[in-house]
Amino acid sequence: MSLKRKDLLSLAPLSVDEIKLVLDTADSFKEVTGREIKKVPALRGKTVVNLFFEPSTRTRTSFELAAKRLSADVINFSPSSSSVVKGETLLDTARNIEAMQADIIVLRHSSAGAAETLARGVKSSVINAGDGWHEHPTQALLDLYTIRERGLGFEGLRVAIVGDVSHSRVARSNIYALTKLGAEVRLVGPPTMMPWGVERLGVKVYSNMDEGLCGVNVIMMLRLQLERQGRALFPTIREYARLYGLTAERVKLADSGAIVMHPGPINRGVEIAPDVADSLSSVILDQVANGVAVRMGILYLMSGAG
Amino acid sequence: MTAYGKGDSSSVKPILIKGGQVIDPGRFVGIGDVLIDQGKIAAVGANLPAPAGCPTIQAMGSLVLPGFVDLHVHFREPGFEYKETIQSGSAAAVAGGFTTVCCMPNTNPINDNQAVTEFILERARVAGLANVLPVGAITKGSEGKELAEIGDLRRSGCVAISDDGRPVMNSLVMRRAMEYARAFDLTVVDHCEDLHLAEGGCMNEGLISTELGLPGIPAAAEDVMVARNLSLSELTGARLHLAHISTAGSVRMVREAKARGIRVTAEACPHHFTLTEEVVRGYNTHAKMNPPLRTWDDVHAIKEGLRDGTIDVIATDHAPHATQEKQQDFTEAPFGIVGLETALALTLGLVEEGVLSLEQAVTKLTSAPAVAFGLKKGTLAVGADADVAIVDQHTQWEVDPSKFRSKSRNTPFAGWKIKGQVKTTIVGGRVVFEAGSSER
Repeated sequence: MSLKRKDLLSLAPLSVDEIKLVLDTADSFKEVTGREIKKVPALRGKTVVNLFFEPSTRTRTSFELAAKRLSADVINFSPSSSSVVKGETLLDTARNIEAMQADIIVLRHSSAGAAETLARGVKSSVINAGDGWHEHPTQALLDLYTIRERGLGFEGLRVAIVGDVSHSRVARSNIYALTKLGAEVRLVGPPTMMPWGVERLGVKVYSNMDEGLCGVNVIMMLRLQLERQGRALFPTIREYARLYGLTAERVKLADSGAIVMHPGPINRGVEIAPDVADSLSSVILDQVANGVAVRMGILYLMSGAG
Repeated sequence: MTAYGKGDSSSVKPILIKGGQVIDPGRFVGIGDVLIDQGKIAAVGANLPAPAGCPTIQAMGSLVLPGFVDLHVHFREPGFEYKETIQSGSAAAVAGGFTTVCCMPNTNPINDNQAVTEFILERARVAGLANVLPVGAITKGSEGKELAEIGDLRRSGCVAISDDGRPVMNSLVMRRAMEYARAFDLTVVDHCEDLHLAEGGCMNEGLISTELGLPGIPAAAEDVMVARNLSLSELTGARLHLAHISTAGSVRMVREAKARGIRVTAEACPHHFTLTEEVVRGYNTHAKMNPPLRTWDDVHAIKEGLRDGTIDVIATDHAPHATQEKQQDFTEAPFGIVGLETALALTLGLVEEGVLSLEQAVTKLTSAPAVAFGLKKGTLAVGADADVAIVDQHTQWEVDPSKFRSKSRNTPFAGWKIKGQVKTTIVGGRVVFEAGSSER
């Protein structure tokens, strides 16, 4: 079985079966990442291009490792050293890469819709590694994988996503996927950080964090973009941390077996207290580890090798 | 007045337009003939005798209308000739039945002085197609700080003032501009947008912007500036024209202001009464314009405003952009679409829908815009400049951007089948466009 899609741009259109297929495929690759020789020949002869227009260490490295462990040839292409600064459009850049027979292009871009625009213009498969505030589907898939790995079922699962939802692609992808899988999704944050009409996506919105965390099974913290202070979204980091920072006290409001997630990079002492980030309930590093396996699964499915 | 930068039309031959359905808003509606002589309307009536040797245009079954007046176009010259020139823009205008167009000052350099105004008028004269009437800037460089030399702009031929696209945010500056413009009885035009509320936005703020993760422009960004401008117009007594209103809130406020006697006129664009924000899905850059496409509620309000007269004018906001600019990703692509060659058919769509009577629709394309800017245009009154559009109301055609006279192709209506086509356009008594004899 394989994903019957040329591209992975968004989780909004994915079916429950497709999501489960990705998670199951990732399971078999998770086993590979635990071996002494962490490599399989599944994508030998295929070329994966990481096209990252925004700085990213974690996601790019994760994709690179995933592709290498599948024996694909990997090229990293970042704009600072490229023709992009010479004014070439995204589409032209991508067509050039395609002309070099890239099978899969992994795109990170600051503009929502960039992956969709690209996918329409090239024959290569496009994987969205984050487009503006829109979606970050592979992050959400690895989040789902991590939740499932902890033995939590999705149906009826209570998940609180805390922070700046407006500007978060991670939040959007998780909202689409989790609601589809039957979870109860709560968004927690100041109203300045909630996008217009988001309740209509089937979520509940809380501006009081304590209420929002009450009885949840998963606490998913979002990174506070510190540079947004001064944009009238929140008065001070101090007040934000007091109102929406995850402390050990607040974790106690959640279900006793609740897990704490964060897509990283974390601001210790801002959205998450250091002792919480390092606690047993924190699965932040599992997310990173699972990211490689999940991306192996996605690359494998997208390559048509399945 | 030197503003109508046309060549000498008094030497052109007379023309008799026979047997069409003449709609001269508020003046004559019925089957009749229109006689043109010396570049002016010489007579309108039934069975006019043809002067000896006078060429005749058979218009049976067609509408014979005053040439359309578009208060809102961007012809991009000087500075952005790769998008449009006054020549290509004028060709698009007359192909769409527009005989008079008012071009916004956001060129490079900005039309904030006599030299640029004169340049535009000269290029229009050389093009020799439509009457191109410049709109001057309100402030120097459209920076919203110091008033432009509005007296000079008026004297050299500007017909209104606006900082279109870069609205005057400082309310004191806007107040002074309105007061000052009264000295010349110039209409002050504002693109109503609070730049702080709209900052970074690229589509309507609503459920779709939430889903697509695109920064939104709330309806309030328009509404608060409409409210401000109406207050300032009331304070100063200035003649105010609101460009391209797009929200239900704007319509409501303008309706109320008119009832209180404030001197305000308002325009709406065909895309704002035809499309909603839904069209943005798929990150379609041809659905990116400013103000953005809004919701169905707003579309209904715009239509109701057009129907009840709250919105006086239909204008295109013709905003050409090169293909490569619209091929950028959605947030990077520039705002705007071309509109001159689709406006008539989309307006006639409102007639077919029963929103407007045919005469109302014609009024909003002709006499109403002329009144808003105080132009002696948009009429078939005897003695008026012979600017005429002959229109086939019912022919359906498919929008093919590659056939546009405009240099640019940025339209969301490509492939649409719409009804209503211009057959002949006459400016100053000269035939400047005939359907079929089309070369680009």
